[in-house]
Amino acid sequence: MLLITCPYCQETLPEAEFVYAGEAHIARPEDPSQVSDEAWRDFLFIRTNPKGPHFERWRHLHGCGRFFNAVRDTVSDRFLTTYKAGEPKPDLATLTGEAK
Amino acid sequence: MSAFRVHGKGRVNHGRKVGFRFDGTPFEGLEGDTVASALLAHGVHLMGRSFKYHRPRGPVTAGSEEPNALIETRRGIDRSEGRVEPNTRATMAELREGLEAVSQNRWPSLGFDVGAVNDGFHKLLPAGFYYKTFMWPKSFWDKVYEPFIRAAAGLGRSPDAPDPDSYASRYLHTDVLVVGGGPAGLAAARAAAEAGLRVTLVDESSEIGGSLLSEPDVVIDGTPAWDWLAGEVAALAALGVKLMPRTTAIGYYHQNMIGLVERVTDHLAEPDPALPRERLWRVRARQVVLAQGALEKPLIFDGNDRPGVMLAGSAQTYLNRYGVRVGQTAVVVTSHDSAWSAAFDLAAVGTSIAAIVDTRAELREDLLGRAHALGIEVLRGHTVTGTAGRLRVSAITVNPVQSGAVGAGRNIACDCVLMSGGWTPTLHLFSHTQGKLEWDEEGKTFLPFETREDCQIAGAGRGLWGIEAALADGSAMGARAAEALGARVLARSHAVERDRTGSGVAKKELPTLKDLTSTRAFVDFQNDVTAKDLRLAVREGMRSIEHVKRYTTNGMATDQGKMSNINGLIIAADALGKPAPQVGLTTFRPPYTPTSFGALCGYHRGDHFDLTRKTPIDPWAEAQGAVFEPVGQWRRARYFPKPGEDMDTAVARECLTTRSAVGMFDASTLGKIEIVGPDAAAFLERMYTNPWSKLAPDRCRYGLLLGEDGFIRDDGVIARLAQDRFHVTTTTGGAARVLAMMEDYLQTEWPHLKVWLTSVTEQWATIALNGPKARALLEPFVEGLDLTPEAFPHMANGTCTVAGFPARLWRVSFTGELGFEINVPARHGRELWEILWQAGQAHGVCAYGTETMHVLRAEKGYIIVGQDTDGTVTPQDAGLGWAIGKAKPDFVGKRSLSRPDMLVESRKQLVGLLTEDHSKLEEGAQIVLDPSQPIPMKMVGHVTSSYHSQALGRPIALALVEGGFGRMGDLVHVPMEDRTLAARITGTVFLDPAGDRLKM
Repeated sequence: MLLITCPYCQETLPEAEFVYAGEAHIARPEDPSQVSDEAWRDFLFIRTNPKGPHFERWRHLHGCGRFFNAVRDTVSDRFLTTYKAGEPKPDLATLTGEAK
Repeated sequence: MSAFRVHGKGRVNHGRKVGFRFDGTPFEGLEGDTVASALLAHGVHLMGRSFKYHRPRGPVTAGSEEPNALIETRRGIDRSEGRVEPNTRATMAELREGLEAVSQNRWPSLGFDVGAVNDGFHKLLPAGFYYKTFMWPKSFWDKVYEPFIRAAAGLGRSPDAPDPDSYASRYLHTDVLVVGGGPAGLAAARAAAEAGLRVTLVDESSEIGGSLLSEPDVVIDGTPAWDWLAGEVAALAALGVKLMPRTTAIGYYHQNMIGLVERVTDHLAEPDPALPRERLWRVRARQVVLAQGALEKPLIFDGNDRPGVMLAGSAQTYLNRYGVRVGQTAVVVTSHDSAWSAAFDLAAVGTSIAAIVDTRAELREDLLGRAHALGIEVLRGHTVTGTAGRLRVSAITVNPVQSGAVGAGRNIACDCVLMSGGWTPTLHLFSHTQGKLEWDEEGKTFLPFETREDCQIAGAGRGLWGIEAALADGSAMGARAAEALGARVLARSHAVERDRTGSGVAKKELPTLKDLTSTRAFVDFQNDVTAKDLRLAVREGMRSIEHVKRYTTNGMATDQGKMSNINGLIIAADALGKPAPQVGLTTFRPPYTPTSFGALCGYHRGDHFDLTRKTPIDPWAEAQGAVFEPVGQWRRARYFPKPGEDMDTAVARECLTTRSAVGMFDASTLGKIEIVGPDAAAFLERMYTNPWSKLAPDRCRYGLLLGEDGFIRDDGVIARLAQDRFHVTTTTGGAARVLAMMEDYLQTEWPHLKVWLTSVTEQWATIALNGPKARALLEPFVEGLDLTPEAFPHMANGTCTVAGFPARLWRVSFTGELGFEINVPARHGRELWEILWQAGQAHGVCAYGTETMHVLRAEKGYIIVGQDTDGTVTPQDAGLGWAIGKAKPDFVGKRSLSRPDMLVESRKQLVGLLTEDHSKLEEGAQIVLDPSQPIPMKMVGHVTSSYHSQALGRPIALALVEGGFGRMGDLVHVPMEDRTLAARITGTVFLDPAGDRLKM
C-alpha cells in the first residue's frame, strides 16, 4: 500500500485514505463553445499515459476532502512529490534528479 | 519407543506422548513433533500420492517448501467439515493430541491407488498434454473433456461447509522488521534493538532459531548452540523485541508494507474458542531485514521422488531437531559439502551409511578423512541412474562418470537416499519488491542485487554460508538498518566452533546411461514435472522461461517452485543453449506459502462483509413483513406482501391502491446535498443542464446532470429554499458520486465560486405520499402552509410543520399522481410515518416498495438513471431535450452534445414497446428488425425496463433502439430462447400523457 503526503494536511498517510482522480493539469476550457471538435475530443479523452513520471490528481477523500496534484513514477509506483491544486507543475528534471 | 526415534535427541519432549491418527491408524508421537516427524519416527515415509501420475510420495523436506507430504487435517475439538484443511504440509503441521490426518489423491487407499495407472501411461502424458489432446472436436469440450479434467484435477478436497473459526486483522508499526529467526535474523534483531529501535522478529516455524535448531553441536562464543539460542531469545525479549513464531511473512508490498499471517490455534489440542484461528498483520516497517536463509535443492535423477529419497539437510533436521532417524541404511548423493555432515550425524546415531556418492571428482580432505574414520565408502565422480522400490526406496544404482562417459552401474541396497544439489537463497520476498537479481556463476544461482525498498538482506539469503558468517552479516545488516534510521550501534561478531561451512557445484539432471525419454527425473515434485518435460517444451518452441513454466507447469504448484525453480532454469538454459542469466528467472508473487482465505477475509464475512444502510422507517417495514432488496448499500423495501400474496399480486394491489386512493413510500434513501452560498444558483447553472437562476425560492425543478462527455450521469428534483440555498436530491446509488463530482468542479475549475456543499442524505427522512387522496390524508397535519392546488401547485416547495415536526414539504411526483414528499429530520421519520399510516387507514392507504415505484414511474415514462440509461445516453436520446437550458452559454457536458457523433439520427433512443401478444418482455433482451435474418443477427437495441401494468391491463416496456424516434408504430422483434416476440414501438408515456392527474 502506497504512502501519500497530503499537501493540505502536511501528513503522510496510507493510500486507503485517498482516491485517484485522473491526469493533472488538464484545464477545462474557459469557453467550451469556442473549442473545435478535435480539441474538445483531446480534452475529453486523450491522456499521456507515460512510462515514468506522471502528473496526476488525487483526492484526500477520507481526510480533508481536498483535490491535489502529484507526480508519481508509473514504473516504481513512487510519489516524487505532491502539491496543492493550482500550483505550477514542478520541474521534472529536479524531481527525478532527487529521486535517484 | 518408536523404531526410528533416537532417545534423548532433538527438541521434542520425550516425556510427553501425543496420540494421533493417520488414515485411521493410531500412532504415537512426541510433544514438539510435526506430523511428518512423528510418522517418520515409525518408519512411515509414504504420506501421499502425486498430482498427475499418482506416484507414491513421502516427505522430501522438513519445512514449508514441502511439495509431497500434503495431507488433509481436521482442526479443533469437533473436527467438523468446516474445519477440514486440505493440502496441509505434514512437515509444518504441529502434532497435537487427537489430530486426524488423512492422505490425499488416492483411491481406494494410499498403498493401492487406482489412479496410479497414469504412471504407466506417462509417455502418453507429456508436457502440454492437455493442450494437445483436448483441442478437437470442439463440441467435445463441454460434455466430455471438461467434466473429465475437472474430475481428475485438483489436489485435496475442498470442504463444503462454512469455516466456523474466526480470523483477526491487526496493524503494526515497527522500526525494524526482521523476517527469519535463524542466526542472521537473531543477530540483526539484536543489533537493531541495542540501537534502541522498536524491533519485530518473525519466523514461520513453531520456534525461533532457524538452522540453529538443526545444529546442536555448534558452539557459539563458547556456549553450545541451543543454550546460546535460549539466552539470545531471552535477551531479545528483555530488549523489548516483539518475537513472533508461527508467523509467515506472506508478501512484501509497496513502501515496506509486509503482510504476516500468524497461526494462533492450529497447534493447540483444545484451543480457547475466544481466540482467532489466524491473525493477518499489516506491518509498516521503517526498515526490513530479510534473513530468510536458503533452501536446499534436490538432485535430478531417475526415480528421485520415491518415498525415502529426501534432502540431506532435512534428514539432518529430522535427526537433530526431532530426534528421528529417517532410515536404517542410507545412501548420500550430493554435489555439495553440506550433505556430508548429514551423513556423519546419522552415522553417529546408528544409521548405516552405505555410501556417500559425490558427483564431484575433487573433494575436501577433511571430509574424506572423517568418512574414512567412520568406515563410510566414498564414491567420487559418480552419478545416480535409478532407484528401485514400490512404496519406499529399496536400492539405488550408481555409476562412475569418467570424462563425460557413464560407466557400468552398481546397485546399493538402502531404505533412504539423502540428496543435496546445493542451496538456493530464498529470494521470494525480495522479488516481491521488484528487486533486481544478479547471477552468481560460481554458485549457479541468483543473488539479491538492489531494491528500491528500505530493505537489507542478511546471511544465507544473499549467498553466505555458515553460522559464523550469518551471525556477522546479520549483525552488520541490523546495524545498517539502525544507521539508516539515525541510530548508531556497533555490529558484533561471534566466534563459532564446529561451524559447517562448505561449497558445491550446481548440476543439471545427472548423467545417465538410459534413453532420456524413459527416465523419470522429477524437477517439480508437486506438479510432476520432469527434466524430460522441460526439454520437450524447449524442443516444441518455448523460448521464454515464462512460457516453459506455463507449458510444463514447472514451479506453478502451491510450493511456488521453492525446490524446482533454479533446477528448472538450469535445465531449460541448457536445452536452449544459453547462459542461465540470459534465460532469467520467473517472477515470485505473494503469498510466500499457501494462505487461508479466512486470514485474508478477516472480519469481512457474513453481516460484516459490507455495511447495510437502513432508513429510520426500515424497522416499521420489517415489522410489516416487507420483502427487501439491496440498492447500493441501502436495504430498501421492495414490496409489502399481505398473507398469501406473491410479488406480482402484492405489486398489482399496491399499484391499484396508489392510483385509486393513496400510497406511502419511504424515499429516505434518495441522495441529498445542500448547496449554500451567494453563488449557489450560479454553481447549479454550471453543473446541471437546466436553468436555475430564475427559479423562485418556493419552487422545485427536475435537474439533469451530465458528465463532461455529454452522457447522463444522474438526475433528481432540486428545491430552491432561499436565494442562496438549494436542497438537491440525487439517485439513491449516485449520492456520493454526484457530491464528489461537484466538489471536483468547485475545488479545481471554479474555486472562485462562493458555495458550500454538504451531504445531508442521512439528516432527512423522506416520506412520499402519492395518489388522488394524498392531499386529503396530509392536509390535516400541516401547519404553516396552504396546500390548496392554487396556493401549492405541482413543483411547489415550502417549509411548515407536519404533525408538529419541522418539515420541508414538496409537491412532486414520481408516479404521475398527485404527490407530496415530506422531508423531516431523520429522528422523526418513523413517528411521522406511523402517524400518517394510522390516519391513512380511513383513506385506504397502502405502503408500497421499490417494485411498485418502478412500475408506476415506467407507466409515465420517467427514466431511472442506470437502468434506462447506460453511460452512453444523451438527454436527447432519453427524450429529455426539454430539460436543457437552451439559453445557457455553458454547463458540464454541453459542448459534447454538439459533437458529430451525438447528432446522428441512428443513435439509440429511448422508446416504449408494446408486445403484440401481450406477453411480458425480459429486461436486457436484444431487439432485431428482421427476425428471419441469419444468425448472428444485427441487434439494434435492448429492453431496459419491463413490467406488467395494472393501470393499462397489459405489459409495457422501455427500450433503447437505434433510430427509435423515427420508428414510431413500427414492429420490432425480440428473439428469445423458445420463441420470437413481436413488439410495436410507441412513445414512453403510457398513462395520462397530458399530466392531468398531477394537477388535481
